[in-house]
Amino acid sequence: MTAVLEIRNLHVSIDGKPILKGVNLTVRQGEIHALMGRNGSGKSTLAYALMGHPAYTVDEGQILFDGQDVLEMEADERSRAGLFLAFQYPVAVPGVTLANFLRAAINARRKQANPEDKGISIQEFRRLLLSKMQMLKIDPSFAGRYLNDGFSGGEKKRAEILQLATLEPKIAILDETDSGLDIDALRVVAEGVNKLIGPNLGVLVITHYEQFLNYIKPQFVHVMFDGRIVEEGGFELAEKIQEQGYDWVAEKYATT
Amino acid sequence: MSEQTQLDATQQLAEIKQNYDEKYGFHVPERYVFKAQKGLSREVVAAISEMKGEPQWMREFRLRSLEIFYRKPMPTWGGDLSGIDFDDIHYYVRPTDRQQRSWDEVPEEIKYTFDRLGIPEAEQKFLAGAGAQFESEVVYHSIRKDLEEKGVIFLDTDSALREYPDLFREYWATVIPPTDNKFAALNSAVWSGGSFIYVPKGVHVEMPLQAYFRINTANMGQFERTLIIVDEGASVHYVEGCTAPTYSSDSLHSAVVEIIVKRGGRARYTTIQNWSNNVYNLVTKRAVAYQDAVMEWVDCNIGSRLTMKYPAIYLVEPGAHGEVLSVAFAGKGQHQDAGAKIIHAAPRTTSQIISKSISMHGGRSSYRGLLKVNAGAVGSKSNVVCDALLMDELSRTDTYPSIEIDEKDVTIGHEASVSKVNEEQLFYMMSRGIDEDTANAMIVSGFIEPVAKELPAEYSIELYRLVQLQMEGSVG
Repeated sequence: MTAVLEIRNLHVSIDGKPILKGVNLTVRQGEIHALMGRNGSGKSTLAYALMGHPAYTVDEGQILFDGQDVLEMEADERSRAGLFLAFQYPVAVPGVTLANFLRAAINARRKQANPEDKGISIQEFRRLLLSKMQMLKIDPSFAGRYLNDGFSGGEKKRAEILQLATLEPKIAILDETDSGLDIDALRVVAEGVNKLIGPNLGVLVITHYEQFLNYIKPQFVHVMFDGRIVEEGGFELAEKIQEQGYDWVAEKYATT
Repeated sequence: MSEQTQLDATQQLAEIKQNYDEKYGFHVPERYVFKAQKGLSREVVAAISEMKGEPQWMREFRLRSLEIFYRKPMPTWGGDLSGIDFDDIHYYVRPTDRQQRSWDEVPEEIKYTFDRLGIPEAEQKFLAGAGAQFESEVVYHSIRKDLEEKGVIFLDTDSALREYPDLFREYWATVIPPTDNKFAALNSAVWSGGSFIYVPKGVHVEMPLQAYFRINTANMGQFERTLIIVDEGASVHYVEGCTAPTYSSDSLHSAVVEIIVKRGGRARYTTIQNWSNNVYNLVTKRAVAYQDAVMEWVDCNIGSRLTMKYPAIYLVEPGAHGEVLSVAFAGKGQHQDAGAKIIHAAPRTTSQIISKSISMHGGRSSYRGLLKVNAGAVGSKSNVVCDALLMDELSRTDTYPSIEIDEKDVTIGHEASVSKVNEEQLFYMMSRGIDEDTANAMIVSGFIEPVAKELPAEYSIELYRLVQLQMEGSVG
């Protein structure tokens, strides 16, 4: 059955300041959506709220995933249910290798499925990780490095995509995965994402540039302005923004 | 540490659910051949010496030390020592008549204790020799035949005094005299057990020698005394582990460890201390390193009510190198006042201090360090790093670093940091499906990794396990 992420009339605030003011969006497994908009329009807030960051308060609305009430779930439960967020700014965890981190994440999933599970064997895990790294053209030594600790911008983003590939979520949110990358790094990351796209993965790509979208080719494009999705369309909407920028959006929807 | 080890440790973290009480906190019935009356006096000290059949000089040394103990005031710095009642302590408890070299001959209850703690298994797997001290006396001691044949001595300290009186007396109390501090004086008066190691010139003991210290009785004082002599160009790694049952009343552990590393020698002394939360742990550890010698203290302080311990290294000849790597975990009701002391007393001596502390559930950890470079110790180098991790708002950490430099031509680095487990780290890890407790445990494991990776694989797994137990055990 195809998993569906449904966001209904979502209102989110941070420290009492409203950021999202009624977002409606549906992403299905197998679909590629782009969420565009200027800095500060609320895109990353939506990403964090979907994943359950404790600093983001949901004031109103619903998030449903596979029929479950996501707002009742902690971040780890959301992840195990099949949601994934590729962070714009991945956090460093010194002393914990990328491999150990991923193994713990996989074991958490297995334990959820079967409380008696003893965890993935080292051999099986190594095979899995190596195959994913090969697919994404990542050097195997990467797995032994401490999670995001001293990683370059490009390495951090590739590590996020490696996690996406290994954890195989149903719906992935890519929060500005393109930011801070030069053109070559951007291509490498985009090629990686493209390899993962298929009928089992729904993607919500958050970006304010369109370069990334030229590689990933979303079927659905949404434009956010002041905490709401104001324009929706196909790939042609992304092209329009590429040509005209966001000024027309601001003019059309700014309230005085 | 290998990836494999860390993987195993991480996996085990998730599986450990027993608390300290279950795993280490048990005690066996008391069936002792001798248990001294509570309290301290000339009579008690003389009786200990008598019972051990010691030579006159040792008896006098003990009595002299007792006078020094009486004279010296209680330290007013460090931790709160007001809970110690010197009159309410058994200073000597003899569990058995004689020491065994075969595990099968160790009395049943004592064997049960160490079996449960996994000691014989460890010996078979990865040790060159093992000792086990129960209360005041070492009940079991063995060393691999090949090392014995090379002249390596690994005995309990009482036997060493009997069997090697001249060697013993040459080095005894030369590094830590009874006048050093009140608790060194106390140990000198009532010491019992501990390890004596002598490694002859050029002999390398490849696998660790281990001693395990166990307190079983309530209101017990354990005062082992360890003396290690590494002769020129020789090397040894000694590991000690300590546990005690959980009693409502307190126990006192006050050890003295002296190490002499001669020219070109190398010694590493690793402690994995896992005291129950009612033990006052007040230990004096000091080493002297001669020309081009290397001395390393690896000190893992888990548990206890109060630990005051500052392993010291005197670098007394050119080219000597000293390292102190430490991890301290302070949980509920615990104070870890630990650190390091390094004296550069000769040219081109080098040292490194890495101290990691974790405070959780209202625990308190302090780093107390002294780095001293004497005039004339030209070209000396030292680097000090102390990092503290605070797990919550209830807990506390302090740093008391003293640096005294009397020489211009030196290179000294000092970094200190205090970090909190932050919401962003937790959220990031949880967003991958890892639950909050496991995420916290992984953050802590990562934090101590720079020290854990210095341990042999078996011990680093043990360290991760113990820290994890403390994190769970101190909840509620």
